[in-house]
Amino acid sequence: MQTEAEAPATEPLSLTNVTRRYRRVTALEGIHLSVRQDEVLAVVGPSGCGKSTLLELIAGLQEPDEGAVSVAGAREPAARRAACAYMPQRDLLLPWRDALGNAALALECQGVRAAEARRRAEPLFERFGLAEFEEAEPAELSGGMRQRVAFLRTLLPGRPVLLLDEPFGALDSITRASMQRWLAGALEQEPRTVLLVTHDTEEAVFLADRVAVLSPRPGRVVAEIAVDLPRPREVTSPGFTAVKRSALEALAA
Amino acid sequence: MRYWLSALLAALFLLAWQGVASLDSVDDLTLASPVETFEALVDDWSLLWGNARSTLAEVLLGLGAAVALGGGLGVAMHLFRPLRDAAYPLLVASQAIPIVVLAPIFVLLFDFGMRPTIAIVALICFFPITVNLLDGLRSVEPELLKLMRSMGATRLRTLRSVELPASLPSLFTGLKVAATVSVIGAVFGEWAGGQEGLGRLVLNANNQLQTGRLYAGTVLLSAMAIALFLLAALLERLICPWNRKDKPV
Repeated sequence: MQTEAEAPATEPLSLTNVTRRYRRVTALEGIHLSVRQDEVLAVVGPSGCGKSTLLELIAGLQEPDEGAVSVAGAREPAARRAACAYMPQRDLLLPWRDALGNAALALECQGVRAAEARRRAEPLFERFGLAEFEEAEPAELSGGMRQRVAFLRTLLPGRPVLLLDEPFGALDSITRASMQRWLAGALEQEPRTVLLVTHDTEEAVFLADRVAVLSPRPGRVVAEIAVDLPRPREVTSPGFTAVKRSALEALAA
Repeated sequence: MRYWLSALLAALFLLAWQGVASLDSVDDLTLASPVETFEALVDDWSLLWGNARSTLAEVLLGLGAAVALGGGLGVAMHLFRPLRDAAYPLLVASQAIPIVVLAPIFVLLFDFGMRPTIAIVALICFFPITVNLLDGLRSVEPELLKLMRSMGATRLRTLRSVELPASLPSLFTGLKVAATVSVIGAVFGEWAGGQEGLGRLVLNANNQLQTGRLYAGTVLLSAMAIALFLLAALLERLICPWNRKDKPV
């Protein structure tokens, strides 16, 4: 049953007046956010503003104390889990599986047999710049390659909404820049509905169609900035710096 | 390099042993020298070897039972929190029961022969296996468990794909400890109710003042402990090679 207060079911992702409290602190307060089909929304905020809590709420790993979360029309936590692909900050590759086995893990969790899951993951290795590293152990891969394997693992089940938690936060700045370009290119070829959490405004403006700025704890949405810049984006262009400046001003406010 | 150091230390130990045993004030019945021990090892070889085989069989069967029971118990305690809370104190208490108290009960339960000894070996060995396995199963990072949940993994899938592989290095630590104490467990078992084996042989040799044979039996027991320890370490290398290059997540 649809009431007026609820977001329309056509939105792939929406949060309505979401509040989440822990024992003494309020992590998130009165969050309203929605992401359109194939839109990339970046959420930026200072550390401790509840960004990771936000992702876990959407991903069905936590429940809000107030308000409602809906993913692809689903509100039940189990149904939300099934609609989201969640990529944590660290790659968390299993050292006892090779790269292909790690990429196939999410499929296996959905009941696909191991051999079939590997077979489905294999064609993507070339597209992800991982050709010939199928049987490499995680310890043999560079940071950027590990992150791409983790990204593949996230994409393979084909879930409608991608949730990325500081996906490049653990990488050095050169690798991070090249991974950002790579992700921007991948999303252009194959658009997806993405919610990206980051503390890096440049990364947010580089990748997103829209940037939501959160305040320090308790996290509230203090600004939503549309990024109407042509792709591929130039971080040094005047348009880019202007958007980045307004995001930084909203953060500082 | 480390093998040379072990060999050097062993040689120094043998020299010191020979030196002390040759002192006039040290009775031959109290301490056999390495030479006497070696002579007994050669002269009594068939007797020693026959008994060593019985002890080895008891140790391996006891270890196997401990791995099966301790492994099953560890996984069950991991999956059912109330069982873990309830069983842990009993697990610890089981290790404090003196063998003299247990032996008559085990003889009653399992009859004479090898079986009570196997039961005692299993009782001593399952503790380090279960405790280390439990620690290993709980060593998985919360982040990884969260990721598995977000991917829709069932409890059993997480156990099979993540927790069990992550627990293997700990399990092998437990197995190495168990392999080492299993031999002394078999000796106690044989003293309590066995008719054969190195423990029995050592006890008889002691009563009959055959000090050389007593020491030869002891050397074989030590060799058995070292061999079992190395076997466990070799299995660990074969089964979890990632553990040397990369820490399990």
